[in-house]
Amino acid sequence: MATAAAQRTARTGADGAPDTADTTAYQRAFDAAVAADERIEPRDWMPDAYRATLVRQIAQHAHSEIIGMQPEANWITRAPSLRRKAILMAKVQDEAGHGLYLYSAAETLGTSRDELLDKLHAGRQKYSSIFNYPTLTWADVGAIGWLVDGAAITNQVPLCRCSYGPYARAMVRICKEESFHQRQGYELLLALSKGTPEQHAMAQDAVDRWWWPSLMMFGPPDDESQHSAQSMEWKIKRHSNDELRQRFVDICVPQAESLGLTLPDPELRWNEERGHYDFGPIDWTEFWEVLKGNGPCNEQRLTQRRRAHDEGAWVREAAAAYAAKHTGDTGGTGATRA
Amino acid sequence: MTATGPATVPVTAALALGDDALVLSHRLGEWAGHAPVLEEEVALANIALDLLGQARVLLSLAGDEDELAYLREERAFRNLQLVEQPNGDFAHTIARQLYFSTYQHLLYADLAAGDGPFAPLAAKAVKEVAYHRDHAEQWTLRLGDGTETSHERMARACAALWRYTGEMFQPVEGLAADWARLEERWLESVTDVLTRATLALPEGPRTGAWSAGAGRQGLHTEPFGRMLAEMQHLHRSHPGATW
Repeated sequence: MATAAAQRTARTGADGAPDTADTTAYQRAFDAAVAADERIEPRDWMPDAYRATLVRQIAQHAHSEIIGMQPEANWITRAPSLRRKAILMAKVQDEAGHGLYLYSAAETLGTSRDELLDKLHAGRQKYSSIFNYPTLTWADVGAIGWLVDGAAITNQVPLCRCSYGPYARAMVRICKEESFHQRQGYELLLALSKGTPEQHAMAQDAVDRWWWPSLMMFGPPDDESQHSAQSMEWKIKRHSNDELRQRFVDICVPQAESLGLTLPDPELRWNEERGHYDFGPIDWTEFWEVLKGNGPCNEQRLTQRRRAHDEGAWVREAAAAYAAKHTGDTGGTGATRA
Repeated sequence: MTATGPATVPVTAALALGDDALVLSHRLGEWAGHAPVLEEEVALANIALDLLGQARVLLSLAGDEDELAYLREERAFRNLQLVEQPNGDFAHTIARQLYFSTYQHLLYADLAAGDGPFAPLAAKAVKEVAYHRDHAEQWTLRLGDGTETSHERMARACAALWRYTGEMFQPVEGLAADWARLEERWLESVTDVLTRATLALPEGPRTGAWSAGAGRQGLHTEPFGRMLAEMQHLHRSHPGATW
């Protein structure tokens, strides 16, 4: 951002808030930067609401990555071939890595990972509702890759151009990995679809169960979306929920055909006039119910997350105590490797 | 044995090393979604993936990797009893990692330096295993010399797994190693790490009192059968299917 240096100096008032006259000037500079498609960086001035919106969105995204590990980790120990097991482990590991980037991006806005995890554990911050559905068969691993990661990519690719620098940069890396995830899911389903009749049925059943929840991942229809308009103005968001949903449907229909699987929507058909596929009505009652906590796995996911955190408390305390005793020799967690 | 190529690979040794890697990888995979801190989700998965990669190469030297992993009965597995032990708390997992990765690192460094059939694999794996060993050492230090609770837990874990450490130095047919010397170096290294972690070297025997043998003879502990049941059930439910 062009005037960043001047703003950095000004941000250090007694309570961190510049006076009103300054605020107006900063606001104008911020608006101009956003309008010019410049990136806002951590030390730049930004409106409080912009900061809060980003923290909310990045936290929800980070939480989705780490909660999203659970339904897939559910199949690591039962993966039916060593090749599939290696792919799945790598994917779940990527998700933990995405969680790390995203919590770090949130830290640049002044919110610590611990603080965000506490909010997740207390049920005060959300994660993507899709992970409140269970993975009942091996084919669900494929359906998650193809549909859930596919929907995530459709949502996330525009975020690589998001106005907030650290988030946009994290998304570039995440999207590259997500596209591998999507491809492995498609390829897993293809193997099942072309396999034995039992395998084919397993794949079809998984697609039947995951299709509609995947469409719900784009959020409520535009006219009911609470945060959309402001986020679009700030260029945090670039396309509307319904636009992205349509884009996803248009991508999936031909892919389903190549897979030899049927999407569970009798109203799905090409609309020549619109140049898009029409699709049937989404059951928003289910969406809101799952969001409220009444999905099949809400309780289970949060309980497992809290348990891992609580049972790991003594480990984190030990690491902190050791680091305090040995400042200077080995502070980190030993987890970093290039 | 100096000749190379699959035909000359000693199957017993490939199975012993391959099963160690396969089984420990599986146990580490059970941590996914349960680790005490996000960095450890990444680290444990990383180690599990390295081991799985090694297992796939080794089992492929002995036959078809999936047939060997999914269709053998418990008694046909040749892994050490140490690696099949349940994860327990994080201290147990770290103690298991310390004991095994120290052994594996020393053994693979020797194999890599030789000209036997496992030299190429060992040369690649030894770099991965050096990291596993470092990871285990760092955590042993943190837990041993962290808080009172962590010290106690780590001491308990090191003691509980001590009886599975003697088996590691049983000669394996087809592996040219100086087993007695390997054991000395292992003891030296583990003693050094535990001492720095303010932990005492556990007392008591390092092998079980069962003349029939242990993992290398296909004799395992009770939790192993349940581990295999989980690992193999889907594959076995669809005979002949490809995935």
